[in-house]
Amino acid sequence: MAENASVTLTCPAPLTASDTVLLGHGSGGTLSASLLREIFLPAFDNPALARLDDQAIVGVNGVRLAFTTDSFVVKPLFFPGGNIGSLAVNGTINDLAVGGATPLFLSAAFIVEEGLSMDVLRRVVRSMRSAAATAGVPIVTGDTKVVEKGKGDGLFINTSGLGIVGRETDLSANQARPGDKVLLSGTIGQHGIAILAQREGLGFATTLESDSAPLHTLAAAILERTSEVRCMRDPTRGGLSSALNEIAAQSHVGMELVEQAIPVQQEVRGACELLGLDPLYVANEGKLVAIVGPSGAEQALAALRAHPLGREAQIIGTVTEAHPGLVALRTALGTSRIVDMLTGDQLPRIC
Amino acid sequence: MKYVDEYRDPQLAHRLRDAIAARVTRPWVLMEICGGQTHTLVRYGIDQLIPPSLELVHGPGCPVCVTPVELIDKAIALAARPEVILCSYGDMLRVPGSGSDLLRAKALGGDVRAVYSPLEALQQARAHPERHVVFFAVGFETTAPANAATVWQARREGLVNFSLLVAHLLVPPAIRALLASPRNSVQGFIAPGHVCTVTGYHQYEALSREFRVPFVVGGFEPLDLLEAILMLISQLEEGRAEVENQYVRSATRDGNREAQRRMSEIFEVCDREWRGLGAIPHSGLRLRDGLAPWDAEKIFALEGRSSKEPAGCISAEVLRGIRKPMDCPEFGRRCTPEAPLGAPMVSSEGACSAYYHYRRHLAG
Repeated sequence: MAENASVTLTCPAPLTASDTVLLGHGSGGTLSASLLREIFLPAFDNPALARLDDQAIVGVNGVRLAFTTDSFVVKPLFFPGGNIGSLAVNGTINDLAVGGATPLFLSAAFIVEEGLSMDVLRRVVRSMRSAAATAGVPIVTGDTKVVEKGKGDGLFINTSGLGIVGRETDLSANQARPGDKVLLSGTIGQHGIAILAQREGLGFATTLESDSAPLHTLAAAILERTSEVRCMRDPTRGGLSSALNEIAAQSHVGMELVEQAIPVQQEVRGACELLGLDPLYVANEGKLVAIVGPSGAEQALAALRAHPLGREAQIIGTVTEAHPGLVALRTALGTSRIVDMLTGDQLPRIC
Repeated sequence: MKYVDEYRDPQLAHRLRDAIAARVTRPWVLMEICGGQTHTLVRYGIDQLIPPSLELVHGPGCPVCVTPVELIDKAIALAARPEVILCSYGDMLRVPGSGSDLLRAKALGGDVRAVYSPLEALQQARAHPERHVVFFAVGFETTAPANAATVWQARREGLVNFSLLVAHLLVPPAIRALLASPRNSVQGFIAPGHVCTVTGYHQYEALSREFRVPFVVGGFEPLDLLEAILMLISQLEEGRAEVENQYVRSATRDGNREAQRRMSEIFEVCDREWRGLGAIPHSGLRLRDGLAPWDAEKIFALEGRSSKEPAGCISAEVLRGIRKPMDCPEFGRRCTPEAPLGAPMVSSEGACSAYYHYRRHLAG
């Protein structure tokens, strides 16, 4: 550290704009957001899209339809608590559910790599049938494409969903207001850690299962109990932190979470400690976040807890006027820190 | 969670906070050397708990931040070779070299794999005999023994398609350089607990005597750091300058002899360039001469290119504890974790990244 060195010590030029797509562009974090902002939104600009919710709400002959689509590239195809097929059904149902929609119909499109075992395909399809039947949402149309060996990774699935939204329901991520409460339906991080444990090379075993589940009856239960719900999200890729950051940004509000109120299973905490991950950023596939006006929060919490998927629900924080666009966390020590959006890619291909 | 919650107990933390407040009579400047400690301090807001007269400055102990650009460029060049599988800790992938980073090298077709352990890299070499696996061996004395073990094992197995690109750095020479600098303002150090677990803390005794400065070997949990701060200011208030150990559950005076033996069997001390800090004599490790078959720099005849870094950030001063991340005019504006101007914004152990992720809402 010679003194003369310090004068010339500098850092490299920023690698801002990327002329290639990076894995992080699919992370659901800040890189994904920049892809939306810079490529997709300018190209497809329209009012339904501009709401940036998990589903588009469009009016057709006086009926309000919710419409959504999602692609699934999870690796491995089978994991404790589910597989790519059940995930594809539940994931799209959840994107409809958090818009307050009653899911009606699904589509399923398969991109299959040449050489995939027919048995694997059968098992995935059976699991989709079963998930769709459990949720009461039929798969009514579909498509199949096969790509050459080495040009895919076994199986990718796209599902789209159509639902119907009540006239009085109007949920959107831009409606959070200071004083609102932040509700979470249960423990976070199981899906991401269950997938991670299956990946080669990590050498740790866990009994954790993915929390993959359809959330439409849970969402409906809250909406029945109170009209104070501003918006709902299912915090998948990017975890709880990214879902809350999106709401904070779109509503131009801040949030203050209480660390001790956020439920995390011991196994998830342990795995995160070992691997240097933060449960707030780890993916979920069966959790609901709701922003609810203060007078409806207790009712919403009761509705969540009365449902089998929401027994461990908690009020985890409050929407604030302070630091708009940023989510802060009150730690167990009484200090304060930011809960940022996921940057880069914590864990690729978890859904 | 057992063995974690005990070290994050709010009541004990507040008791230590009160003890620190009662002990301090005047301003002191303390430095935590290790980036892992920096992150704990900022993540848990330890600096919000201690009296404002205590200043915590962040040390150069983030290996990702101080790995020289030249070696990152070499790793990128290796990743571009079709026969090479480049394995690295995930943190290194986003650190910019002079023109690119390893994530971009991967996007352009390079076979870059993030691993949690060097043994995974060794496993890749066994699984892919037709390829050559290079492990990017970054880090301080903490990671050096495990990396040494891979070469030791590869030699034993006769595994010839495995090598290390060595960027190892040693902590005490950097602390010496920092103390010797006329701009140094640090009055007491929290020594890196995991480095000391390997090397022992006797290495810091000479520094403490020579510069009349106290060291406390500290752990990485909130209570570890609060206790280390209490021990450090007790020394300062009493006019003592000794090496004390807070991290007794891991670090000892002599350290891990077996790890040290393995390290010195495989590595030898060399001069090293530190990113942001410049050249520091005897501050690095390289593979011993007889181990050329596992030395990526020798196998691939990588030229030592001088990589120019255009001006832009104050990371040099941040790494030396002279300035804080939020003093930088580019902090959170032109410099963010996605578009880092400097390595401290990239690494999960970097001071700028810690402030960006945990502290932006308190910015003026």
